[in-house]
Amino acid sequence: MDATFDRPRQRPLHPVNAFLVSATVTLFLGALLSDLAYAMSYQVQWTNFASWSIAAGLLSGGVVLVFALVGLRHADRHGGRYLSYCLILLATWVLGFINAMMHAKDAWAVMPEGLILSAIVLLLACLAAWMGLSNFRIGYVP
Amino acid sequence: MKRPVSWAVAGFAVLLAACGNDASLSQQDPANVGPKPVLPEQQRGLIPNMTIASPAQWGDQRPAVPRGYVIAAIATDLRIPRQSLVLPNGDILVAEGKGGGAPKLTPKDLIAGFILAKGNSSVKGGDRLTLLRDGNGDGIYENRSVFAENLNAPYGLALIGNQLYVANQDALVRFDYIEGQTRATGAPVKVTDLPSQINHHWTKSLTASADGRFLYVGIGSNSNITERGMIAEVDRAMVWQVDAQTGAHKPYATGLRNPTALAIQPGTDVLWAVVNERDELGPDVPPDYLTSVREGGFYGWPFSYWGQNVDPRVRPQDPQKVASAIAPDYSLGAHVAPLGVAFSVSAMGGEFADGVFVGERGSWNRDKPVGYKVVFVPFRDGRPAGPPVDFVSGFRGTDGKTRGRPVGVSVDPRGALIVADDLSNTLWRVTPAR
Repeated sequence: MDATFDRPRQRPLHPVNAFLVSATVTLFLGALLSDLAYAMSYQVQWTNFASWSIAAGLLSGGVVLVFALVGLRHADRHGGRYLSYCLILLATWVLGFINAMMHAKDAWAVMPEGLILSAIVLLLACLAAWMGLSNFRIGYVP
Repeated sequence: MKRPVSWAVAGFAVLLAACGNDASLSQQDPANVGPKPVLPEQQRGLIPNMTIASPAQWGDQRPAVPRGYVIAAIATDLRIPRQSLVLPNGDILVAEGKGGGAPKLTPKDLIAGFILAKGNSSVKGGDRLTLLRDGNGDGIYENRSVFAENLNAPYGLALIGNQLYVANQDALVRFDYIEGQTRATGAPVKVTDLPSQINHHWTKSLTASADGRFLYVGIGSNSNITERGMIAEVDRAMVWQVDAQTGAHKPYATGLRNPTALAIQPGTDVLWAVVNERDELGPDVPPDYLTSVREGGFYGWPFSYWGQNVDPRVRPQDPQKVASAIAPDYSLGAHVAPLGVAFSVSAMGGEFADGVFVGERGSWNRDKPVGYKVVFVPFRDGRPAGPPVDFVSGFRGTDGKTRGRPVGVSVDPRGALIVADDLSNTLWRVTPAR
């Protein structure tokens, strides 16, 4: 049998899912930029912005994660890289949650851990989005 | 049973985790109390320690007082009583109200506000002064009238001659007062505006100088530790000296995070204050304190606490201010939340004749609750001498339920301690048993 017929059936990410993946990246990017602005200016409004951006990123990222986990039903069709996608999403959300609690500390107590976490979470979110949006073309199939 | 409520902030998530049973009550390490407290290292996990009061009714129970003293509720169903004033004829004025309403700026503000409210009375603040009278001296205050209403979260009270001064959350006002009066004759006259933007800590404490020329107004900070920005702290965390006649004012002492009650030491001109220190630095640090207040003195907030202990959460830092910070006189212990202070009189009797009473509303930012009682700090030669002694306790029962939270205290010179309780909305009176 020709091996090409065994390739998992691939579909693009559902538009809603794609929208949320992109939003998550944008929100976590906003958090990192706000953290940088706070670190450079000591103006607390920036850390407030970061807190809300992270909260919203967790909301959108949480929905993406749920979609991805639902898709695990078809993991056999998707192949091993789908599992990686799910794990990276999960890591993004868990570290994002820890980052949210870090940002609930008052004033400069957020620093420097909050800034570092924001950078890591953004990197993970970008990686997940890349996997979800480009090469694998997998995810929740409605 | 104790119900520690952990809190976490993320997105719109709330973590409410009920942990194990712990019947042990609120014991403080004596090393953390007194004139030279041990200050443990700062610590703060990912989630701050939290144990929120779980309110219950008093029923037949009463707060506990030392042998030889009796306690009675002289007014119930008040509307958030915070401070009281014993008038020359023995009548008692009670300030009832609840101010604040600072905007919620972060997800944390939303969640913390929701959780902390569980430990408070749900009654709406009265925005009024209630007058209580015991006509025949039997200890029952049978007459009760509303002295003034439609105030704005009144808190501090002081009488100078025929003028009754009331510190609303936004202004210092005055009423004419003639002995025996049960109702104000007119609307109050404004003496001066008080800082009221945001009003994170809204209570404005008040006392009058011994000669009646000045009033002292305690103004709390606008944040826990500058998380609302440095600009919000202009004119905050300080005690003002206000000219009683003109309303002219100046900062008298600064760096006092939340000076919730003030008193003049009898026979002197010395101002004393109890101050609530910052949260989220650990269960035993920094101490809430009782201190004499030096004119022009700086007491550390926000840059440092208890002298030169730097708070790393404040940016930009100010090493010069830190170097100038005065260490307070007497640690009451971290998180006990003192909201009342009053000097005793000899008529209180025995070991409670010389010293101050301090009402401690009780902690939230601590696994094992502390405070929730009125303590007596004995004095000798005009200075605190010795560890605090429980004077009114049992607000937090052995069952872990909280039946009351003691706040403002005042002393009736004829020998009674008046304690406002802003959870059960009661005014308690403790007297030597006769």
